[in-house]
Amino acid sequence: MALQSLDITRRSATSTRPPDQRQTKEVVKLIDVSKCIGCKACQAACMEWNDTRDVIGTNHGVLDNPMDLTENSWTVMRYSEVETDRGLEWLIRKDGCMHCGDPGCLKACPAPGAIVQYSNGIVDFHEENCIGCDYCLTGCPFNIPRLSKKDSKVYKCTLCSDRVAVGLEPACVKTCPTGSIVFGTKEDMLRHAEERIADLKSRGYDKAGIYNPQGVGGTHVMYVLQHADKPEMYHGLPKDPSISAMVSLWKDGAKPLASLALGLGILGAAFHYVTKGPNEVSEENEKEFKDEK
Amino acid sequence: MKNDPKKLLRYTPSERANHWLTAILFFLAALSGLSFFQPLYYPLTLLFAGGVWTRILHPFFGVAMIISFAVEFFNYRQLNAMTPADWEWLSHVREMVNSDDRNMPEAGKFNGGQKLLFWLMAVFMALLILSGIVIWRAYFSFLFPIGFIRFAYVVHAASAAVMIGLIVFHIYAAIWMKESIGAMLYGRVRRAWAKQHHPAWYREMTGGGK
Repeated sequence: MALQSLDITRRSATSTRPPDQRQTKEVVKLIDVSKCIGCKACQAACMEWNDTRDVIGTNHGVLDNPMDLTENSWTVMRYSEVETDRGLEWLIRKDGCMHCGDPGCLKACPAPGAIVQYSNGIVDFHEENCIGCDYCLTGCPFNIPRLSKKDSKVYKCTLCSDRVAVGLEPACVKTCPTGSIVFGTKEDMLRHAEERIADLKSRGYDKAGIYNPQGVGGTHVMYVLQHADKPEMYHGLPKDPSISAMVSLWKDGAKPLASLALGLGILGAAFHYVTKGPNEVSEENEKEFKDEK
Repeated sequence: MKNDPKKLLRYTPSERANHWLTAILFFLAALSGLSFFQPLYYPLTLLFAGGVWTRILHPFFGVAMIISFAVEFFNYRQLNAMTPADWEWLSHVREMVNSDDRNMPEAGKFNGGQKLLFWLMAVFMALLILSGIVIWRAYFSFLFPIGFIRFAYVVHAASAAVMIGLIVFHIYAAIWMKESIGAMLYGRVRRAWAKQHHPAWYREMTGGGK
């Protein structure tokens, strides 16, 4: 869902150039994991702004609630208790769409205009064009989109594209009480991240770094991690995510090859007919069974 | 006369009905499936009342097609057993393609090419239904890990492309070999046709005469 229509960089299942006369600056939501206190205000703000309400769940003995992303919970806090060289650490990561530079969901989507990427980098689902096929679930390297049981459409974080379009920051950023989530141009956010990393390093986090995986063309949601060398510790954040080779084979390989092969096959058959002619019963057999006709 | 009793009965009414049911279901499955395969074919969803209906219907077309094909498969399985004569026939296929069938080994009810096509179709139909179940999100996909689903998508797309290619070949062969479409439409073929294209079957049907 979105308001922009003139600054679309990529559009699913579309081979011609989408309307992109308007050019906007690339934006990034930077999540500094070291500043997060796990209050879940961002989860609440997300539901509040987007008017989604998840079902009341049950207590699983951990703080995670709900236990996973859903069609109503587009962001969830992931709590990991891990042993590091600093002792027991509680790593809290706000999970949700990473808004990839090269989005696997968009690559996989067969419905024209159901997934778009704006020039500001936000990857957005247009549910009115969604056919509920699940291909985006297959394409996503981060396991983010969720198929709604109610309407069979997929939902995920929009990076509040509606708010960003009118110059506001995303709801989660607005509400974050510790300044763990910040939002701005990519340039500014990278600079801010560097400052944060320098600060963390000065406090003994030697491996502090930014999470902006290049395998998916960089992301428009980035993390500052205390232990950037081991992103897996943060509830299985993939170390070097990329669009699965299977998805590329299916979408880049099979599509043009099969169409070409089938087209040539049909053409070949037509030319065979006009060059070799039909295969008919021979004269001699016809004579033998003159009585038949 | 279409049903001249002097003509030889090649396909019974139930065989014909079954064949055309499979054909219709194949077209429904292929056209609806192609629309998801490539944006170029997405307008095909209009044939099925839009993208969402196409997505809902496609797997059901597939299942119906598999059931209908399975009936054909069990009907024709034994008739399509490959014999040394069939492999011999296939080694002469180049002459056949050049419309020169004078030196072709004698074919029975089905020739080597038809038999090979039969087995290839059976293999790819099986791959289609097996991979199709894995990627049928509404009922089954939750049972499988994501890596396996991705693999199944590749298998499904590739076998569908091969399957469509086989059917293009099948249809063209029927157009090229005159009167064979009539056999599947009306059931009976002229003796001249049978002797020309399926001599061994012709002798079997006429008690070894001529």
